[in-house]
Amino acid sequence: MAKLNMVQAINLALREEMARDDRVVVMGEDVGRDGGVFRVTEGLREHFGAERVIDTPLSESGIVGAATGMAAYGLRPVAEIQFMGFIYSALDQLSAHGARLRTRSRGRYTCPLVVRTPYGAGIKAPELHEESSEAIFCHIPGIKVVAPSGPYTAKGLMLAALRDPDPVLYLEPTRLYRLIREEVPEGEYLTELGRARLARTGDNVTVIAWGSMLERVLKAVEPYSADVIDLLTLSPFDAETVLASVRKTGRAVIVHEAIKTCGLGAEIAATIAEDAILHLRAPVLRVTAPDVPVPLGKLIDHYLPTAEQIRAALDEVLQY
Amino acid sequence: MPNEVIAEFKVTRMSILDENGIADVALMPELSHEEIRKMYELMLLARAFDQRALALQREGRLGTYPPIMGQEAAQVGSAMAIKPADWVFPSFRETGVHLSLGYPIAQIFQYWSGDERGQLTPDNLNIFPFCVSVGTHIPHAVGAAMAARYRRDPIAVVAYFGDGATSKGDFHEGFNMAGVFRLPVVFICQNNQWAISIPVKEQTAAASLAQKAVAYGFEGIQVDGNDVFAVYCATRNALEKARGNGGPTFIECLTYRVADHTTADDAGRYRSSEEVAAWRARDPILRLERFMAAQGFWSEDYGREARSRASASMDEAVHEMEGFPPPAAADMFEHACASLSPRQTRQQEGL
Ligand SMILES: Cc1ncc(C[n+]2csc(CCOP(=O)(O)OP(=O)(O)O)c2C)c(N)n1
Ligand SMILES: [Mg+2]
Repeated sequence: MAKLNMVQAINLALREEMARDDRVVVMGEDVGRDGGVFRVTEGLREHFGAERVIDTPLSESGIVGAATGMAAYGLRPVAEIQFMGFIYSALDQLSAHGARLRTRSRGRYTCPLVVRTPYGAGIKAPELHEESSEAIFCHIPGIKVVAPSGPYTAKGLMLAALRDPDPVLYLEPTRLYRLIREEVPEGEYLTELGRARLARTGDNVTVIAWGSMLERVLKAVEPYSADVIDLLTLSPFDAETVLASVRKTGRAVIVHEAIKTCGLGAEIAATIAEDAILHLRAPVLRVTAPDVPVPLGKLIDHYLPTAEQIRAALDEVLQY
Repeated sequence: MPNEVIAEFKVTRMSILDENGIADVALMPELSHEEIRKMYELMLLARAFDQRALALQREGRLGTYPPIMGQEAAQVGSAMAIKPADWVFPSFRETGVHLSLGYPIAQIFQYWSGDERGQLTPDNLNIFPFCVSVGTHIPHAVGAAMAARYRRDPIAVVAYFGDGATSKGDFHEGFNMAGVFRLPVVFICQNNQWAISIPVKEQTAAASLAQKAVAYGFEGIQVDGNDVFAVYCATRNALEKARGNGGPTFIECLTYRVADHTTADDAGRYRSSEEVAAWRARDPILRLERFMAAQGFWSEDYGREARSRASASMDEAVHEMEGFPPPAAADMFEHACASLSPRQTRQQEGL
């Protein structure tokens, strides 16, 4: 089996699904001739032609809005937003339309759309190239939000997202794009949406993370006996798996690279409080970025949660 | 009944200085030799900045950098027409504008080295922060122009952006408002013919970008963007019109991005080296040099000297930039808001 990085794994998923299903089209800025600024769509235009791999004008709202129309018409568009920091002008389309088309048309029209976007910090790129604003999208009913943590889940989640009948926001952690290589099988396997994965098992504490933070968490927890939950789908998140683990360990630490206030960690912590508070032996802690705009490269290491901060939180709940 | 013609329009292109350095004297703006030398030296300064930035990036001393090479005339020519009280809203590829307006060189390097503090515009300049989100600053320029008029300030506002930006909704919303309110704003598009890998022909089906202004009810003009005199003239005229309550103008500078989109890009993947070579031959600096030589105020010696002065300015600025102490972690909070929340304060203290 081939060892692939995440860029190659997502590319493979798109390639296989495009070969299988001619409704799948890829569109966005620089996705065609250039193969995407991270090369995720490399070679697709050569293989499937410019009609299915569409270089668009620089128009985020136009891209997502047009993709919504294509999806409603019966295609399966995969729209790329070049960086998550540029998705905000398409928020109107996603939130007011993509997410509600099914509701507004009483099920007559649907929006089986995948919006891919690189997200997250740690690549020393300019302003707005390192955003992690998943919580904004998790706050929109009607959209699913997923974030793979490695090449294997990247492919499985992409295939599942492409088969999903509703809009899926697919977040690609840029820091991991080429950092991790894993065995990625050819052919079909779906990573079920709405299901988390136990990335490691232990007894004393549950650590919940996703995307690029998972790699950091796995390193940080080595000396601990911890359940590590790789959330994979951020909305709707797999409360069942989280609660089962917390009931077992009695402690929970949530790690995310987005800012703390109103981050997804708050929703997870509230769910634990609602449904498993009597099992808790310590407060639920969050290790997150501080409540400031993402800084430029020189300060990014002070912004992102570190292994030390993760361990400090683990020690705190264990010694509580 | 036959259909009536309800609108007709023409879009013109202005050029003064041709590729051989020969100027149309009838159109030539009144500029002293000293002023022309200043333009030339600023263009050299911009080129020197670019070359130094690319070298520093390769050595890992600078982050991702968007070079301006080939666009010096569009940037210097337009900036020379801007007055200190005017407000300027740049994109991220206007190093030549910043340098022409006197933005501290070390700070531009500092910004591209990943240090926010480079964004602090000196008090004597009205330049907005670099706008990385393409085209989204266009409505800000429109709003500033509304405010200036409300205050009866005799200034004009300038927004710079690229050809790609003309596809953004913000461009259209900003243009429409500028037209509706007849605002004192000048929009300058550097049509460098590429938005990363997308050629301008795939950005728009229109024959020019300039004509987009027509639909919003104001004047659009295309200028040869590698002709520093034409760019200067068009900008000066538009600014005077704006200050005199004549409404907005859109200037499309036809130029070319000679280098990669940024240091993270490889333009060889999507465009031919012949195309690049053809545009290199239309180098705006070379063109001005030829003009000055023909007029008898350029010599090899002067050119060499001016280049080495530009290079020395870079040495000095890089030295200054590398002497800045690194930002403290707490700096992230320094300007996050006027007063920190209790949680932010705890986070800052806990760093
Ligand atoms: C809203 C937005 N979308 C995408 C990007 C990524 N991006 C950066 S520059 C660029 C192309 C811009 O082209 P143009 O407006 O012609 O300016 P140029 O780079 O040529 O100066 C793109 C797509 C961005 N910065 N902002
Ligand atoms: Mg351009």
